[in-house]
Amino acid sequence: MSEFDQLYREVILDHYKNPRGHGIIEGADAEAEGQNPLCGDEVSIYVSFDADGETIDEVKFSGRGCAISQAATSMLVEMVKGRSATEVATLPKEELLEEIGIPLTPVRLKCAMLGLTTLKLALHKAKGTPPPEGLSDLDLS
Amino acid sequence: MAMTTQAKLDAPKVRADFPVFEHPIHGKPLAYLDSASSSQKPRAVLDAMREFYETSYANVHRGVYDLAERATAGFEGAREKVRALINAPSAREVIFTRNVTEGLNLVAYSWGLDNLGPGDLVVITELEHHANFVPWQQIAKRTGATFRAIPIDDKGELVLDSLDEIAAAGQVKVVAANWVSNTLGTINPVDKLTAWAHEQGAIMVVDAAQAVPHRRVDVQALDCDFLGFTSHKICGPGGAGALWGRRELLEQMPPFEMGGEMIRSVKLEETTWNELPYKFEAGTPAIAEAYGLGIAIDYVTGVGLEAIEEHERELAAYAMERLSELPFVTIYGPPADRRAGIVSFNVGEVHPHDVAQVLDWEGIAVRAGHHCTQPLMTRLGIAATTRASFYLYSLPEEIDRLVEGVQKAHKALG
Repeated sequence: MSEFDQLYREVILDHYKNPRGHGIIEGADAEAEGQNPLCGDEVSIYVSFDADGETIDEVKFSGRGCAISQAATSMLVEMVKGRSATEVATLPKEELLEEIGIPLTPVRLKCAMLGLTTLKLALHKAKGTPPPEGLSDLDLS
Repeated sequence: MAMTTQAKLDAPKVRADFPVFEHPIHGKPLAYLDSASSSQKPRAVLDAMREFYETSYANVHRGVYDLAERATAGFEGAREKVRALINAPSAREVIFTRNVTEGLNLVAYSWGLDNLGPGDLVVITELEHHANFVPWQQIAKRTGATFRAIPIDDKGELVLDSLDEIAAAGQVKVVAANWVSNTLGTINPVDKLTAWAHEQGAIMVVDAAQAVPHRRVDVQALDCDFLGFTSHKICGPGGAGALWGRRELLEQMPPFEMGGEMIRSVKLEETTWNELPYKFEAGTPAIAEAYGLGIAIDYVTGVGLEAIEEHERELAAYAMERLSELPFVTIYGPPADRRAGIVSFNVGEVHPHDVAQVLDWEGIAVRAGHHCTQPLMTRLGIAATTRASFYLYSLPEEIDRLVEGVQKAHKALG
């Protein structure tokens, strides 16, 4: 398999070209903005909860980014729907990385993590819990 | 200065002096198109630094032994080479720094804090690298001065018609501009800006990071007040740079950093400063690196700065011609005859990171991102670009490979 096919495998290209949950949620229960200072990419994440105020009902995102960051965020949207906000707020990044399923260099890892980091920030803001240490590691270029 | 006609640059021959090109990347010959970020190093510099460390290294200045004298001679010899390179009146006005960023911060802090206040104007341009933007923005904030940017037009060239309006907003005290834009390759009219700054009673600070390695620079002919450049972009090692400043200004300014070397006498009650340039060189400097910069200057001037400038102009023109054959490519900045060897572009909607990634697999090194010019990206209404930049070892074949790689990226991801 060529290096291209390894990184931009079909499922990544599919999510990149047809992102799930692209858009915004008016009056979202949780939202946050994230930046990747390496490349100037920005993402905004919006979350609405079920009536229980805990289960994630819907996630949408807007912004600009490379294929890896767009695809990873799109995959994340599918991954977290129906799960509890508390659980997702501390979701191990390995879970998303496994889903992405491709080898990432340190720079591209930051691209892939932009959506997850921003989603966690949104959830912590909504819950009033302090974001854990290292959540802003996107700023450490 | 007598004008000499130099032979055209023989890039394949120059390239053979750079060991990095002997090592394939992803199994392909390296096409290094990122020299605006940092340049590769010729064998002459690598060998000379090794020999310096093996035969002549010690701390500079105060040592009384032979080795320290040799180290000092190497270090001060490099200072003289920097002086000659930019035609400064005196080597005492040449301060060794770590990089351009440190030189610009030195001026912003040391000169700015003492000379700026409410009602004063700090003028930069929309083309600035963050290194010549953020220090001035922050010093203006601290002193209450007003911070204004000279706008650019849609071709990425400064709108000089805006100068009168800017001057009406207060007392212009400092104008800080890059000679060549690191993102767009725009060659700024620094001579006109210097004349305007002086008409306003302001000082002129030139970020020459992208100029000194690529064209002849003469600080006396330009008549600016400060000019900084860095070693690693002119085939020298990292960790060394130089700031030239007008003696009258440097003498009035307080030291930027304090410690060893920069003092004349230290008592409990007070300290007096060493003479120029040592007043601004606290602590042990990057000795072998400064020496290596001197060797790099010998190398680059040996090839010839006029020949390098012409070579890069031809490469930029060729790159723009080839890239504009692709309908999905947008090129930013001025036409080829008014730019240096830097070409920023976008490939349809494909993100520059993805373009650079695909190019890397072809052995082509380019930079993708905002190039430390976020205000410029905002002005252009984009987040990032892919940037190809050229130097004395760059070849037209590398541009052909770039164009092929760009097509590949667009086909796969566009």
